[in-house]
Amino acid sequence: MSAAEERMQTTEDGSLDRSLVLANVSRRRFLHVSALGTFVLAAGFSSTARAQDAPKKYGADGMPNGWVDDPAVFVSIGEDGIVKIVCHRSEMGQGVRTGMPLIVAEELEADWKRVRVVQAPGDEKRYGNQDTDGSRSTRHFLTPMRRCGAAARTMLEAAAAAQWKVPVTEVEARNHEVVHKPTGRRLGYGALAKAAAKQPVPSRDSVKLKDPSKFRYIGTGQIKLVDGPDIATGKAQYGIDTRLDGQLYAVVARPPVFGGKATNVDDAEALKVPGVLKVVTIEQTPLPAEFNPLGGVGVVATNTWAAMQGRKALKITWDDGPNASYDSVSYKASLEESARKPGKVVRNDGDFDKAAAGAAKRIDAEYYVPHLAHATMEAPAATVRIANGKCEVWGPFQSPQAARDRVAKRLGMSADDVTVHVTLLGGGFGRKSKPDFAIEAAVLSKAMGGKPVKVTWTREDDLHNSYLHTVSVEHLEAGVDGRGAPVAWLHRSVAPTIISTFNAAANQEAPFELGMGVINVPFAIQNVRIENPPATAHTRIGWFRSVSNIPHAFAVQSFVAELAAAAGRDQKDFLLEVIGPPRVFSPLMVGDTWNHGENPERYPVDTGRLRRVVEIAARAADWGRQMPKGHGLGIAAHYSFVTYVAAVAEVAVDDKGQLTIPRVDIAVDCGASVNPDRVRSQMEGACVMGIGLALLGEISFKNGRVEQDNFHAYQVARMPNAPRVTRVHIIPGDYDKPLGGVGEPGVPPIAPAICNAIFAATGKRIRRLPIGEQLKV
Amino acid sequence: MTRVTINGKSQNVDLPEDTPLLWALRDYLGLTGTKFGCGMALCGACTVHVDGQPVRSCSTPISAVAGKKVTTIEAIGTDKVGHAVQAAWIDVNVPQCGYCQAGKIMSATALLKRTPHPTDAEVDEAMSGNICRCGTYARIRTAIAQAAAHQGGTKS
Repeated sequence: MSAAEERMQTTEDGSLDRSLVLANVSRRRFLHVSALGTFVLAAGFSSTARAQDAPKKYGADGMPNGWVDDPAVFVSIGEDGIVKIVCHRSEMGQGVRTGMPLIVAEELEADWKRVRVVQAPGDEKRYGNQDTDGSRSTRHFLTPMRRCGAAARTMLEAAAAAQWKVPVTEVEARNHEVVHKPTGRRLGYGALAKAAAKQPVPSRDSVKLKDPSKFRYIGTGQIKLVDGPDIATGKAQYGIDTRLDGQLYAVVARPPVFGGKATNVDDAEALKVPGVLKVVTIEQTPLPAEFNPLGGVGVVATNTWAAMQGRKALKITWDDGPNASYDSVSYKASLEESARKPGKVVRNDGDFDKAAAGAAKRIDAEYYVPHLAHATMEAPAATVRIANGKCEVWGPFQSPQAARDRVAKRLGMSADDVTVHVTLLGGGFGRKSKPDFAIEAAVLSKAMGGKPVKVTWTREDDLHNSYLHTVSVEHLEAGVDGRGAPVAWLHRSVAPTIISTFNAAANQEAPFELGMGVINVPFAIQNVRIENPPATAHTRIGWFRSVSNIPHAFAVQSFVAELAAAAGRDQKDFLLEVIGPPRVFSPLMVGDTWNHGENPERYPVDTGRLRRVVEIAARAADWGRQMPKGHGLGIAAHYSFVTYVAAVAEVAVDDKGQLTIPRVDIAVDCGASVNPDRVRSQMEGACVMGIGLALLGEISFKNGRVEQDNFHAYQVARMPNAPRVTRVHIIPGDYDKPLGGVGEPGVPPIAPAICNAIFAATGKRIRRLPIGEQLKV
Repeated sequence: MTRVTINGKSQNVDLPEDTPLLWALRDYLGLTGTKFGCGMALCGACTVHVDGQPVRSCSTPISAVAGKKVTTIEAIGTDKVGHAVQAAWIDVNVPQCGYCQAGKIMSATALLKRTPHPTDAEVDEAMSGNICRCGTYARIRTAIAQAAAHQGGTKS
């Protein structure tokens, strides 16, 4: 059995599943053909074949290793009729292990009750891109997975027709069996499995997709989560739950300041702690940080608690390095200083200076959003075992291929000799896109002679050594006409860039950051200038759910509300007026060369869709209704991950300044939905995360060190913070039109909607997050 | 050596007696359903029942549970209320990532055993020690109400 085949049959818990009769001969032929070097199996069902087509690739085509829609890769049917469908994307709460196989099952005409989901290991050459981030899984894989299921269905139909010796036009797959329509004869999928696998995989162009009106699962929202029962009974396996024979447990003492290193380690006391086996130095990797471990000192023990106690007993002298003076108070002041001076012009429509000079009134405001930590409930954890020249990794990875490549590189092995088993993720939010913690486990396993070692991060480790959300000052200026409508718009965005994690010298926002709602404001304003003054990073900056959209939407949507207030206008009416009439235009028209990686022709900016979510959210929230004293409504809308979202928040502020959020209405237009229940749940969750960062969330630095140790200091939303009523309004979409993202775009409008509601309730304008004690009387 | 009854079975735990129950469960006994979230009793992911009371196992040394009855998520389904809570969780599709939900189910079960018909405020109060970073709070409220109703109670 080849390594690839072994991986194919590896189940979620990493054990080899030898019990099932895999009757999929086609898969074996696929591997055989591949071995001969003709990778293009059966009519080119491989995206590799399409690589040369277009000069610039978008969407799934533009992702590393693209997409694969070969049923031989994703579908296997046992003679017992059990259909196994591979999910190659990582489950972190967005419901992808339910939604992705559901697409295949739908087109396959499988009975969902007889479908089992198999988690793919990290292997992008086989499965296509696996980077589970950017709100891309369904958007990029709906069509390939539909074709995949439809191709498998076609093979089953062909096998049945051959067995009955009837024309294939006389047969039809229906709910896990193929029916001969004239005679009513039936053959189950299990009985057909072997013969179907011998059928040629149909050409991509010949595959007939179902008419969406015939969907039984997609779009119904009646699907239970495949992992629901395991989660509710404690059986679900996360990265931190890996247990192997002879496994050891480790924690790592990392430099408290980014870029620092240990200059002296006294481990005498640590080694006396019962259960501690070894203390291992993890070398710091030179900058840029990339996905490398920060370095430090690993403590390996017979259990996690012993390792923690051993770490506590270490005496380490740290050289804090160049970021020792990083201080959030002075850094904020430096960002503000930059934001008040002209910076690199990244978009320039009309003439801002002239229009502003001629405006009836000038209004300006500055907004601040601090660093944020993902604080996934499962902090990073990974297990590595090295034996017989092979390395196996278990962990909660958003980018399993990156984990594989980086572990291989650190160990000096070929990636072919590294297998990455993807567990469930106890939260991701972008943190687990970075597999630094897997490399730590690999280094420690190697130091222990290849024995399995699990590295567990504590909450303190997670907050102190994360890849944080950036910190930003957004400076806005507007010139308004006599009616208060903006005729000139200036936005200076100043924030350390994620690129600094990969190029230490980078100090400007990248196109992908600017394209998250600062450069591409879709407003009907003639004179627009967007500037990006520089900002130097002093910690690892990383992706955090919805990324730069958070500060950009907070600033832009707050500022529009400020302009509305200055004009004495209704906030919602004014927002619609600033968005302007419905129109469809290329994102390039507003300087956005990135467009979330999507083709500007397939995914133009559509202000009609933005207007519609505003109108629907407002109507649903009964905008304009009479509010009790201390209550207020606020609205915000934002376009991100090629999805349109608007939120209306109702807040209540009592006479002591205590803030509650009784109700939030969210309207989302993400195109068609595969599993509306999960679209809804993502909006509900994004709402709570948005509330958390609006009210409570802040990571700050002093003397180069993160000041927050645990959840008492880094606060996140708890149940009493959650609205009593959260209503999600999903705009129906067309399955033949491009889809938008879902995981992230719900977050950005929440904070500005809340702050706009606070203004409506109290007249107090919040320009600095978190709100914290700012309302306290 | 500490003797503890875990999920109805008497067990010897051969770890230093200041070892938190959480790590004894997870690393020594292999019961990984109880989760590590903060180590300071701040997030509730590690909630178990000790003699029927909800306890944060990350901050409870095994010496404190010697001779007591510990119930974890793996066995709470044998309890009528626990089973109703689990069933409601599945039916309402509460989980997103699911990591915190074991602790949530243990807290909710303890609440309903103590207060079969909790008010909204009592639910929020009882669950406020359990963090869900995915933000499933609205569905947790729904699931608790459903579990309460299925026991024959109604929300007051």
